Amino acid sequence: MTGVPISWYLILSAVLFALGVAGFVLRRNIITVFMSIELMLNGVNLSFITFSYQLRQVNGHIFSFFVMVVAAAEAAVGLAIILTVFKNRSTLNIDDVSSMKN
Amino acid sequence: MDVILFLIFAAIAVVCGINVVVQTHPISSAISLIGVMGALAVLYLLLGAEFLAAAQVIVYAGAVMVLFVFVIMLLNAGAETRRGRSWMAQLLGVPLVFAFLGLMAYFVQHVFPGSAEVRFGAFKHGTAQDVGRALFTQYLLPFEVVSVLILVAILGAVVLARKELE
Repeated sequence: MTGVPISWYLILSAVLFALGVAGFVLRRNIITVFMSIELMLNGVNLSFITFSYQLRQVNGHIFSFFVMVVAAAEAAVGLAIILTVFKNRSTLNIDDVSSMKN
Repeated sequence: MDVILFLIFAAIAVVCGINVVVQTHPISSAISLIGVMGALAVLYLLLGAEFLAAAQVIVYAGAVMVLFVFVIMLLNAGAETRRGRSWMAQLLGVPLVFAFLGLMAYFVQHVFPGSAEVRFGAFKHGTAQDVGRALFTQYLLPFEVVSVLILVAILGAVVLARKELE
């Protein structure tokens, strides 16, 4: 019985990260942009855990856990900011929120 | 068996990830993102990270995504209206993503040649016991700092989202 090569996991992680970047750059809805950031964080987490497996250490799990905690905190604050922006401007399109441009 | 499970759940993760990016309605993206997180939880189990697989389902697919869906419902977010975006992004974006992925795959294959393989059950130190021991001895200070971060985030969210007092 053969196992899965380590590189497959790392490539999957890179694919998820690239999809997150693509969503972050291409999408115009602020909530979807936020979800793309979560997708990137998930891709990085998979890398951490894969390296943790390869080195036979639990440290990568701890880092991944901290990434999860920071992502949860970021989601709470970010969604509160989205609520405030929507209350003040009645839009979710990031192109319309450009008062700092000029 | 390992390879089959990996391929099934990697395919689910990639398809749901593409769906997150291409769906125009945010609620469809959110549901797809839950699919990505569920598939990743299974991959974490295959890598021996039992505790993190549970945390992924509870924290990410549970708490964070419920928050997202709640905000989408609350704001009654509709489908994204397409606007003219720069032709440069359309022309170069997708080929550049594939070029990036191709380069990554090439380098990863070179740095980690086929010798290292993942077998289910070969790494047994991802249990709650082991993670907890590392978290409360070696990583105690980061743990405390992160608890302060959570407190700040809670306060920030409450202050930002409260109703203005007249």
